[in-house]
Formats: sequence, structure tokens, C-alpha cells
Amino acid sequence: MPTRRDTWITGVGILSSLGEGAETHRRKLMAGEPPVTDTATIPGYVVHPLAKVIFDTQIPKKGDQRQMEPWQRIGTYAAGLALTEAGVAGKSEILSEMDMIVAAGGGERDIAVDCSILTELRTANDPEARLNARLQTDLRPTLFLAQLSNLLAGNISIVHGVVGSSRTFMGEESAGIEAMRVAQARIAAGQSEIALIGAGYNGERADMMLLYEFARLCLRGAYAPVFSTGRAPGMAAGSVGTFLVLESRAHAQARGAKPIARLAAVHSSHARREPGGLKRALAALIENARGEADPASTAIFSAASGAEPATSEEAEVLKAVGLPVRAVASRIGHGFEGAFPAAVALAALAVNAGKLYAAMDAPLETPGPAHLRQAIITCAGHWRGEGVGVVEAVD
Amino acid sequence: MAGNLDHAGRPVVAVTGLGVVTSLGRGKAENWTKLTEGRSGIHAITRFPTEGLRTRIAGTVDFLFDTPVAAPVLSERLATLAAEEAVEQAGIGTKGNFPGPLFCAVPPVEAEWPHRRELASECDPAQPITYPALLAAAGRGKHADWHEGFLFGTVGDHLADRFGAKGMPISLSTACASGATAIQLGVEAIRRGECDSALAVATDGSVHAEALIRFSLLSALSTHNTPPEAAAKPFAKNRDGFVMAEGAGALVLESLEHARARGAKVLGIIEGCGEMADSFHRTRSSPDGKPIIGCMKKALADAGVSPNDVDYINAHGTGTPENDKMESMGVIAVFGERAHGVPISSNKSMIGHTLTAAGAIEAVFTLLTIANSRIPPTINYEVADPAITLDVVPNVARDHTVRHAISNSFGFGGQNVCLVFAGAPQ
Repeated sequence: MPTRRDTWITGVGILSSLGEGAETHRRKLMAGEPPVTDTATIPGYVVHPLAKVIFDTQIPKKGDQRQMEPWQRIGTYAAGLALTEAGVAGKSEILSEMDMIVAAGGGERDIAVDCSILTELRTANDPEARLNARLQTDLRPTLFLAQLSNLLAGNISIVHGVVGSSRTFMGEESAGIEAMRVAQARIAAGQSEIALIGAGYNGERADMMLLYEFARLCLRGAYAPVFSTGRAPGMAAGSVGTFLVLESRAHAQARGAKPIARLAAVHSSHARREPGGLKRALAALIENARGEADPASTAIFSAASGAEPATSEEAEVLKAVGLPVRAVASRIGHGFEGAFPAAVALAALAVNAGKLYAAMDAPLETPGPAHLRQAIITCAGHWRGEGVGVVEAVD
Repeated sequence: MAGNLDHAGRPVVAVTGLGVVTSLGRGKAENWTKLTEGRSGIHAITRFPTEGLRTRIAGTVDFLFDTPVAAPVLSERLATLAAEEAVEQAGIGTKGNFPGPLFCAVPPVEAEWPHRRELASECDPAQPITYPALLAAAGRGKHADWHEGFLFGTVGDHLADRFGAKGMPISLSTACASGATAIQLGVEAIRRGECDSALAVATDGSVHAEALIRFSLLSALSTHNTPPEAAAKPFAKNRDGFVMAEGAGALVLESLEHARARGAKVLGIIEGCGEMADSFHRTRSSPDGKPIIGCMKKALADAGVSPNDVDYINAHGTGTPENDKMESMGVIAVFGERAHGVPISSNKSMIGHTLTAAGAIEAVFTLLTIANSRIPPTINYEVADPAITLDVVPNVARDHTVRHAISNSFGFGGQNVCLVFAGAPQ
């Protein structure tokens, strides 16, 4: 077995309700700026809407933008930010060898077409024949490609030229955990030198929210932090794009790239969610991740979704751990497949600054250490899947 | 006896279990018999009304359920059957306790029209349907099981639970290359010593009206509706698109060392994997063929196998004018003058394009080709395309010793994967 190699995070691209770019996020979160939410986009439901973005800066061709639905634009834009930040944008000799794992969900539907068809079918004599006829005339051919899960990766290849390899993981939060874990494991084992990992999510879509609302998991009414007193509030979706450039230390040093932080480990588990299952799995992962970490310089970044019962159970585990916690979804909303990558990205930026973000007025958000050196990132999927990552400062 | 490490000092990855379901039938035996007889599984669609549709045929799997079910339900059933066959053949672990991780290629699915219509029926009949109204209906909690039913992770979760696979299952999609990607991820995990065994499964049971229409609107599908079995015509001059189909393939992967240590029968070796994404276009290959050529070359280099040693190419061979032309060009670029002497055939001529599942199903068939020294034909090859000068094993299976074979998978979105196989070491 090959010697395990250091994995550095050399680029972070993030786009959310707080704005765009690593520095914007770090500055606003350090300053404790309140989350940006609205309940008008999808009446009655809390979402964290995307900040105003001029997509042309990372997706210069309007033709490319037209071929994408917003989730793909968000992701492709964030990927461009990450590549730029890492200093590899446009460097085809590196991009042609760069591995990519995208964590993706479903695409967005044509809401107007869906609603128009559903309205007509209620009174149609031969609804199945009408459905066929309407779909054939109303569906835009290119919309299919804007919906396919693997087409975020496809668009990143086309727009940014990342072509070394391209894989798309699916499965909600688990997809983001496994994307980071596999990319890190491949670099550590010498199977990969540089990789682009991340996700894009459009939180402002009623069609996407429908899947979660079947189980009544979405946050209705007023905004509340994911870790609130009492029951978890529900999931407030966030429009978030996050990509990270992961790189072997040797590869980064050879091109003179500076690390933002070291991605020391990613571990996952797949607990059956019977009573206590999540808590046991997450506690074991955290215990394993803590290792020799000095509690005086460590914090937890939680990707908790806000859904019951997973978030309440995670809160119990984190309370027992006793380290200061920062809940990412309380700040930028829940990004599903992108939840774990976003938490890793924001953790890396804080560790890089040596300082934890301002606490929110919420349980578990105790003051941070004077010098933040290490972050443990936790992710308990709203339904299945648990993961923990460790990010460390590089001296 | 060959060693347990490959040319690069990595664990050799053996295959000890194979499972398959297609429109031709259930299990290796039935599929292999029909495949080598040149029989087609393509038929007229009866699952939903097709009046007025340009394409009315598919390779749906209709023998598992009496009434239509949602795509994830069928996909899970297909995957379960294929995985059961593979795990049983491998004789690995104990029932419900597979010793390694699961890599599961699944179709991207979502709530379907019957579900949307049911939800719509619960909205105010006096008002036009809106998504807020649908959300409100959903939020009444009557359809809570649709949440689990349509999560992308559910098929993989259920399979991992059923087979007792270790760790978090990885659900994935690289469109039409997904099955090959699932295998590739398993090979990589074994090579880096993360596990001794892995279960790679790819499944697709997603032929429904909207999916068919979407592909039809991209002009990707054959409209050769009669007779259905003649519709898929890979490499022929009159090819006019692919035929959507369903199925699942499963492989038990194991380090050769692990397989030998437990006395397992080795069915074949996965010698190498190669991948290159295309940055040219969302549905079309780069005109220079670079990614197709690149993924084959990378796979052969990864395997430490020269093009001269390849005796068979299991083609992606969808039967679209574009794919087959580009694949042929790529093969000629990689194999040079020898290209015309290497048999290449397309299983899709008989089973159609099983989309997410194709890479794994065709990997199963490639390993059976090696094991049986018999190449399944490319059927419906009646009109030669002067632009494609390869030996496509037209219409009739052929006995042929195959030491090394490659299988190509190219997906929409530019995801191209090539796998290199060999028979069991002597």
C-alpha cells in the first residue's frame, strides 16, 4: 500500500446568500452578519436566496449560461471561483489532469409547463394521451440536459476545461461526504494529484422542495437557527455553490501554491437510523477524528440540516463533545449534496485565519478558541448517511 | 501462477461474481444463450400509451411486476436480482453480510407524473395548479413515503442494507458511463487497500413517457418502430438512434489475493480503467475524438496492456449516427492498422441502451465473452457503412479466443470510461 500523502486545500470557491468568494464569506461570518433569508420566493417557506451574481465573470458565454438551469450555473460559477483561487484557472496542462467529483441532486423542472399540464389533465378525457402530446410540444429539448445530475460536471468540463476525470455522486448529503472522502483518499494513496470537488444547489425552487416536503421536513414560518432550543426547526434550503481544489502537497509545492488548510481526514458511516443509531455513529466518527487534537484550539463545523430527528440527535452528540460549534446551515441555508463541502470550505477558511466565526445566538454556539488550529466537520444527512472531516492549519 | 500484484505493484482486481438482468431475461445463462443466438429484447412499449409518439419501442423489463411501478422501485428490484446472482456466485461473506462497500450506479429519478397528478387532485379544483399548491398538498403528510421513495440515495441505501455492504454506499451517475464508473470506483478502492472486496452494481428501470420523450426531443432515439427487434442497428449505415432499455448488472470485485486465499473461483480480471472527460459539447463528442481516444489509451496504459494484445472490443455502440462514427474513429486511432482485425461488437444491438446500467451489463457480457471464447454479434447489420471499416461481428456470434478485451462507455455530458478485462489467470 502506498504511503499516505498530505492533502491540501488550495482553492475554495463559494457562492451563497452572503455573496461570492472566500474572502466575502470569511469577512461576513467573522463579523457575525445575520443570515439573509426570505419567505416570499416560496410563500410560507424560509429559504436563503442567492446573492446577486453576474454569472458572466465565470461563465463568459451566454450560450453556455442558456444551456444551464440555475443549479448548474451556481455550481459552475463556484467551480470557477475555486479554480481561480487555486491559481489553476485556464492552465490546461493542469486542468487536463484534474480529477473531478461533483455531488449532485436532481435538476430543476419547467415549473410553468408542469403546472399548465397538471391543470389541463384534471379535466382531460384521455389524460395519458394529452400528457404525451403536451410533453412533446412543451418540453424544451435542452432542458433535459439542464436537469441531468451529471451535467453540472459536464458543464464544468465545457466551461472550465476540467477533463482529467469526471464523476457525479448522488444521494443527498451522503454524496457530498463521499465526494470529499474519495477525492482525499485517492490523493492520499497517490491515485490523484489534484481534484475539484463540490456541488451546486438552488434553494429557491418549489419543485426541488417538494421531495422534502412530502415528509414535512422544510422550515415554514420564520427563520430559526438549525440548533434551536427544543425541536429542530426544519430545513431552510439555501442557494449555495461550493467547490474546493484538493491537491497533494507535492503537487501544490511544485507549482508554488499555498495551502488554505490541510484536509487531514474524511470518514463516513451508514447507520441504520433506528433509535440511537445516528448518535452512536456520529459520536464514534467524532471520537476517531478528535485524535490528539488540542481541545483548546479546535472547533466543530456542523452541516446539520435542521430536520428532525437527525439535527436534534446531532445536537445531543455535539453537546456531549463540548467543543464550540458553528452551524453552517444557520448561516447560508442547507445545500443538501453541497452541505458537507460547504462546511469543509468554511472550516478551512476559519482555520486559515486562526479564528472562529462569530457565534450566533443559539445553543452550542459557544465562543471560539483564541487560536483556531483544527476543525472537525460533522454531517448527519437529513435521512441517511453520516460523515466527519478534519481540517488543520498548515504551518 | 501469476502474482497478486499488477505491473504497477498494485493489487490485481479479480471478478468472482457476475449478475445480470436485461430485457432478454433474468440471469447470466438466459442472457448469454439469447445474446449468442443474436436475439433481440426490444419490443413495443406496453407500460404506457405511446400513441402519437415518434418512438414506441424499448427494451423494458416487463417480467418482474404485474403492474407498472415507479422507476426507483423497478431499478431497485433489477439491482437486487443482479446483485443476488453475483454475490451467490462469488460465495463471499454470509447472507446479508457482504464484506466490502457498495458502488451503485442509479438513474436520476424524481416523483413521476402519476404522483404529480395525485397531488394535483388534492389541490383546490377551482384554482389552476401551482407549485405552492402542490407543496401545500405535500405538506399534509399523506405521501410521506414518496420522500424516501424518490431520494437519490434510496436505491443504494436499500441495497446496502439488504446485502450488508460495509460503510456508506456510493450512489453515482456519469450518464451512460455510470456502470463503468461504478466498477472503476471499486477497482480504485481495492487498489488503494481500502477494502479487499467491493460490490459494483448498475441499474436502470426508468423508461417512462417523459424520459422517452426527453431523449426523443434530443433526436437520440431510433424511430424504427416496426419491427422493434430491428431498431437497434449499431455501426450499420441505416442506424438512426439508440433504443432505450432497462436492466442491471452486478460484479463482485475482489483483490486476487483475497479471492485466492478463500479459494474462490476467479471469473476474470479487471486489468485497467481509463477515463477522460470531453469539454466540447453537452451531447456531442469532440470532433477530434480526443477524449474517446484518450480514455482507451489511458485504460490500456493503466492495465499495462498493448493495443496489440487486445482481442475484442465491447463497443459503446449505441446506434446513433454520431456515436458509432466517433467510436470507430477512436478505435482506428488507438489500434492503428490492426483496428480492422480486432472484432468489435455492440450488445446494444440486442438489449438496447440500458443507460445507467449499460457499463456494468456490458462488463458482465465482456467477461462472459472471454470465458466462453465466443463473441456475441452485432445484429441488424444489413447495410454496411463505408465510413466504418471495422469488423463488427455482423449478425452471427463467432468463436474467438479472447485474452484481453476492452469495453467502452461514453456518456452525455462528456464522461468517457474504458475498462480492460482479462480471463482468469492460469
